[in-house]
Amino acid sequence: MTAYLGRRAFGALWAVIGVAIVVFVILHITGDPAAVMMPPESTQAEIDAFRHAQGFDRPLIVQFASFAASAAHGDMGSSLRHQEPAMGLAIQRLPATIELAGCAFLIVALVGVPAGVLSALRPRTWIDYTARVIALIGQSAPTYWIGLMLILLFAVRLGWFPASGIGDWRNLALPAATLGFFSTAKIMRLTRSAMLEVLDADFMRTARAKGLTAVRVSLGHGLRNAWLPIVTQLGVELGTLLSGAIITETVFAWPGVGRLAVQAVFERDFPVVESVVLLTATIFVVLNLVVDLLYAVLDPRIRYA
Amino acid sequence: MATAIAGVAAADGDVEGVTSRTASLRKLARDPAAVIGAVIVVIVVVCAVFAPLIAHADPNAQDLTSTLLPPAWIAGGVHAHPLGTDNLGRDVLTRIIWGARVSAIVGISVVLIGGTIGVTAGLLAGYRRGWVDAVIARITDVQLAFPLVLLAVAIVAVVGPGLWTVIAAIGLTSWVQYVRVVRAETLSLREREFVLAAQAAGATTPRVIGRHLLPNVASAAIVLGTFEIARAIVLESSLSFLGLGVPPTTPSWGGMLADGRQYLDTAWWTALFPGLAIMIAVMGVNLLGDGLRDALDPASR
Repeated sequence: MTAYLGRRAFGALWAVIGVAIVVFVILHITGDPAAVMMPPESTQAEIDAFRHAQGFDRPLIVQFASFAASAAHGDMGSSLRHQEPAMGLAIQRLPATIELAGCAFLIVALVGVPAGVLSALRPRTWIDYTARVIALIGQSAPTYWIGLMLILLFAVRLGWFPASGIGDWRNLALPAATLGFFSTAKIMRLTRSAMLEVLDADFMRTARAKGLTAVRVSLGHGLRNAWLPIVTQLGVELGTLLSGAIITETVFAWPGVGRLAVQAVFERDFPVVESVVLLTATIFVVLNLVVDLLYAVLDPRIRYA
Repeated sequence: MATAIAGVAAADGDVEGVTSRTASLRKLARDPAAVIGAVIVVIVVVCAVFAPLIAHADPNAQDLTSTLLPPAWIAGGVHAHPLGTDNLGRDVLTRIIWGARVSAIVGISVVLIGGTIGVTAGLLAGYRRGWVDAVIARITDVQLAFPLVLLAVAIVAVVGPGLWTVIAAIGLTSWVQYVRVVRAETLSLREREFVLAAQAAGATTPRVIGRHLLPNVASAAIVLGTFEIARAIVLESSLSFLGLGVPPTTPSWGGMLADGRQYLDTAWWTALFPGLAIMIAVMGVNLLGDGLRDALDPASR
């Protein structure tokens, strides 16, 4: 177990280092990061001065060494547009993103799993067909369009919820539903097929023969055994929700990490973009590590050598 | 003698492949959802290829005297603009038909780029094992840790927007899924008799991979490819929606939604129809992909 833990932790650490390397490579992909970072209307002299100030005129290997050394401390340099450390700006926005992703995750778990179970228990009924059509829509429609349609219906037409901004739970409803839609559809489909596979198993027949109630059979014996892939996917979805809120946050003007990244891209504020990429990748990697370890707790059959 | 054995092994594989492929196609044709999906895909491709013949009007033709006209069946709408006009008086239906081009080009190009890289890497990792496998696994770990939308946004932001930047950015994020699937298939295939026979007959690594392994991982890769087309279409439209995709003069569904977003309260049709187009196109690809998976690769359900 300890050896496995060590191996997985090392793998996770490598993934984060790799992400940092890719971020560095992307910024240098055009060969002239100074020109990329400066406003398009800058003069050549301004660009040259900026290049020197940022150290972009040093050999690439030296630049990478100093980038790696600072990145290891979480120091991604100062924001070019705000006189603040870039990583600090990203971390400040984290609570809003966690609030949104957490809420979306609740929707995914509390709607997706029960709908998938019902759909599997009552195949070829209207419940099953409704759930499957919604799942198909959720997997096909782009997130931002779902957001726009929810705004059109619930904010513009019905006026039940505000269209954007942050505040009480009513501000959270539409963005959380939008962000969670795709993952809910995915979990619904996964739960349905995992349940269908288990329902035919011998131990299910035995449980029914013992005279257990339908609820105990389907939840206690069925879901308990179909649980593992669902929990794994739920963990993956939590990571995706946290790192994938860029578009939802933009549509709803939600002041989270993703919106910061998009703004930073348009302001050519690359230290901030780099910080957001590194921060979200780290969260994603750590969450996946936790999910892998949860495996051992949830399924005693899995023993790590 | 050696070549004879290799020939027999390859021929065996081929015969098996052909019969099972015909059976799979028949199975696909009997699956109503897959047939609907295929019809949708054909319609989108026809729109993309024959856009100038189907929609005669210039998709960029502005008519500032008839801006934000509603669809024809609503009071104030005209028959010349069945789905209404946008804020510059451009015909929504015409732009949707032309917009199929960007989605089709992006979907197909991304699958070619991601599929070629991913299938090659997966075959190499699974067949060669050892350090090749280890290196590819480490690169895969990094790619999987990346928030994909953010990676695509960052690449486009640095290189600058444009159709080919978008294709490259999405293509470079889509190879990783193929690696996982193809590597796993290859790991079991490399122990099978026909591969061992080819090796014993002295077949080179490229020959074993190209002639014996590739045909056998093709089904799984094709199924995955359809789902990747769907993902690419959505991701491209998202980038265009953020203003980081194709230039505004090229009609694209995501770009239309970005424009329509500003008129949600007055002209809902400018935001509804392009989104419906994306949803239906992606749904078609997904339905076809589900059908292909059931027909070609029932074990992976």
